[in-house]
Amino acid sequence: MDFRNSESWTAPRRRAVAPGMTRRQFVKVTSIAGAGLTLGVVLPGCGPKGGGIAARGGIVMPFLHVDSGNTVTVICKHLEAGQGVCTGLPAIVAEELDAAWSQMHVADAPAKVPTYGNLAFNPQGLVQGTGGSTSVANSWMQLRQAGATARAMLVRAAAKRWHVTPEGIMVKDGVVSHPASGRTASFGELAESAARMPVPRHVKLKDPDQFTLIGRKDLPRLDARAKSKGKERYAIDVMLPGMMTAVVLRSPRFGGKVKSFDASKAKAVPGVVDVVEIPSGVAVVGRDMWSAKKGRDLLAVNWDDSVAEKRGTAQLLEDFRRLASGKEALTAIERGNVDTALEQAQKRIEADFEFPYLAHAPMETLTAVCRLSQDACEIWAGCQFQTVDQANAAKVTGLEPHQVSIDTLAAGGSFGRRANFESDYIVEVASIAKATGGRYPVRLIWTREDDVQHGKYRPLNLHRIVAGVSREGKVAYRQRVVGQSIMAGAPWGGPKGVDPSAVEGNAAEEYDLEQVSITWSEPKVGIPVLWWRSVGHTHMAFSKEVIIDELAEAAGKDPVAFRLELLAGHPRQAGVLRLAAEKAGWGKPFPQGKGRGRGVAVHQSFNTAVAQAAEITVSGTDIHVDRVVCAVDCGIAVTPQIIEAQMQSAIGYGLSAALWGAITFTGGRVDQSNFDDYRVVRINEMPEIEVYIVPSTAAPTGVGEPGTPPIAPAVANAVRAATGIRIRRLPFDLAAARGAQHT
Amino acid sequence: MSIELTVNGQVRRLEADPDMPLLWALRDHLALTGTKFGCGMSLCGACTVHIEGQPTRSCITPLAAVAGKRITTIEGLSTPAGRAVQQAWIDLNVPQCGYCQSGQIMSAAALLASNPHPSDVDIDGAMAGNICRCATYVRIRQAIHRAATTLAASGAG
Repeated sequence: MDFRNSESWTAPRRRAVAPGMTRRQFVKVTSIAGAGLTLGVVLPGCGPKGGGIAARGGIVMPFLHVDSGNTVTVICKHLEAGQGVCTGLPAIVAEELDAAWSQMHVADAPAKVPTYGNLAFNPQGLVQGTGGSTSVANSWMQLRQAGATARAMLVRAAAKRWHVTPEGIMVKDGVVSHPASGRTASFGELAESAARMPVPRHVKLKDPDQFTLIGRKDLPRLDARAKSKGKERYAIDVMLPGMMTAVVLRSPRFGGKVKSFDASKAKAVPGVVDVVEIPSGVAVVGRDMWSAKKGRDLLAVNWDDSVAEKRGTAQLLEDFRRLASGKEALTAIERGNVDTALEQAQKRIEADFEFPYLAHAPMETLTAVCRLSQDACEIWAGCQFQTVDQANAAKVTGLEPHQVSIDTLAAGGSFGRRANFESDYIVEVASIAKATGGRYPVRLIWTREDDVQHGKYRPLNLHRIVAGVSREGKVAYRQRVVGQSIMAGAPWGGPKGVDPSAVEGNAAEEYDLEQVSITWSEPKVGIPVLWWRSVGHTHMAFSKEVIIDELAEAAGKDPVAFRLELLAGHPRQAGVLRLAAEKAGWGKPFPQGKGRGRGVAVHQSFNTAVAQAAEITVSGTDIHVDRVVCAVDCGIAVTPQIIEAQMQSAIGYGLSAALWGAITFTGGRVDQSNFDDYRVVRINEMPEIEVYIVPSTAAPTGVGEPGTPPIAPAVANAVRAATGIRIRRLPFDLAAARGAQHT
Repeated sequence: MSIELTVNGQVRRLEADPDMPLLWALRDHLALTGTKFGCGMSLCGACTVHIEGQPTRSCITPLAAVAGKRITTIEGLSTPAGRAVQQAWIDLNVPQCGYCQSGQIMSAAALLASNPHPSDVDIDGAMAGNICRCATYVRIRQAIHRAATTLAASGAG
């Protein structure tokens, strides 16, 4: 049998493109009205012949289709990587449309700006991408407008059909009714005539107290069934007729180039069909993954390391410390007279904090499929930066961006990894397709070792902090941050001064401080860096929350009360801190057992505030986190179950990094390779977690990342409470920290 | 080399390297893509299938070792325990990215088949080999307890 002829995957409730429309037709339809579509202009049902929704007639809008089969399909412009957009975004549409949840489906949008641009990245929608916990926030008004517009058209169609006024018509759970006459119709029955109704210029949106789906605690995820049956389709599952599988051998050192290679042994492996050089290394292409991988194992490559990064972690940190001591630094923020305040402080703390490089390590390694012809390049991948990937694939293949189609599939996690300016894995698969002349579709798979050793990492960071507290409880805070710039790689040019992402969530932003100085020095390192779930907040929150805790102790105050005094101008943080403290029973004495301790931390990132109280048990040098109480304020809670899940997820993710996560280098080579030496949290290491959501009527803000920053400092503060050990270096190493404290 | 496998109740014959891990035979040769690749070293459990009912990491299991054996993948999971686990996963919205969940479900179904009323410690023991980077562990634990309750109520456990 030849499996490659099989193209039979379908996942219920999730479609790559609206059924019944080819990609080309879909793009054509959605592009007609241009930028105006972003606020929900409707196009008539004008789809092609065939059995799909457009052919069946109905309302076709950029963000939703209502078809005569009574299905509402929401077009999702964001990547579903687990964070729940394929449920959260349909919930927003369904709410204003008054649809029944059971009729909601979701389809992934093609790469298309400005229609599907991220309005948080750029108000004109010039870049399509997912990140910065923006999906719900930037889609909120857009999708409400779309839902309300389609609803108004359904109402008008019903009014016309029944010869009644629209005011007398109700819509509930996907049923349009006219109570006075007792008439009812489904969306499907009205869809075709609704599509011919004039598009209302203004629609009235609901007041939050009218919401019935938004905020519903038992709203099922639209992708739960497919993902529980093994039917969700990821890039690694794509099969095209004649498709081959490729793996790439890359330089063991970043910046290394292929000098020469001997492919004779690799080519002798049965099933290997091609060995080709591409910019990032040498690709081995086989009839299946096994042959490609066996071939790669036998490939001999000589690397030119002349411009490669050859330093190890110890050397890098030494160089970073030198920068921290030097005069060269950019000022991110300077308030008051910090030197004087520190001199006059009653207690002073001086500390260096070290944060390692971190790999994202999503469960699905980077994978992409490319089919290339003379005038078209088709990409299937869990794309997180669709139009950036499109432009990069166009450049590699010599095509125009409009000739590159992007089919965004579900990603098996990403945590930032799939959104990168170079589109590394997309460029690789397109390069292989080009180097093999487009003779067959290519599926590129990264192994776990590739993922760990060829990442774009959370940057190594050194923080040098001097902080003090006066007799009156006033805090003075000086921090030098040394770490690479992520934004320096942006195609539109790096930041002119301080990279904001390198110092985001600093003490000056998060607390009411009158005496504060935050400076940044950028080391030049040839190791690629990238946003990693909550970006700069991953390290900035840690040193801030650990130092604040120690200042509280120095001032003889309770850590929660001390923070609240500094949060008068930050009501969201103060609110979550109070809630977490109350739910954790902070006011009551903590049962002191052997090695038991609790700690707290609060941090706002991406406009969402999160506080966490962690209870731990230390035995020897092992830390077990027993319980975490988490409070979150993300504005209106669109899907509370997903918010809870994201908090749990972020805590587990942050805990992996706190306890074990580190990518280290020896002679420029990554020391780790797989989950044995890049350890992550398993079920037996997961704490019990309680999540509380602050009720709010403010517009929703993101939840994918903000649960991550507080967990590491909350646990570090608990460790200090339990053992007296101050943690200054991540991942936590109690033996080393204890030793450092006694020297 | 010609190898005969019994996958999800069907006899399948394929021409393949006997050293090829079962994972790639399932995915690349039999188009059963529900079983996932995560680490290739039996460290993460994403590739878990049942061989003669036992949870097994297919990424390090050579084809030669499973010739003639009864193999069940997520696509063919139809035992009462398997169905109860899948329904609990759906009811509790367990999946996030979903990529590891086939492996999690295969491990959980095998656990319930041998231990209808697992304690939290039993769950840790059976599930610690399955990594979830979305850290869906809190709900996985809840869902296993729920599936156990469902099975007990239906008398199938």
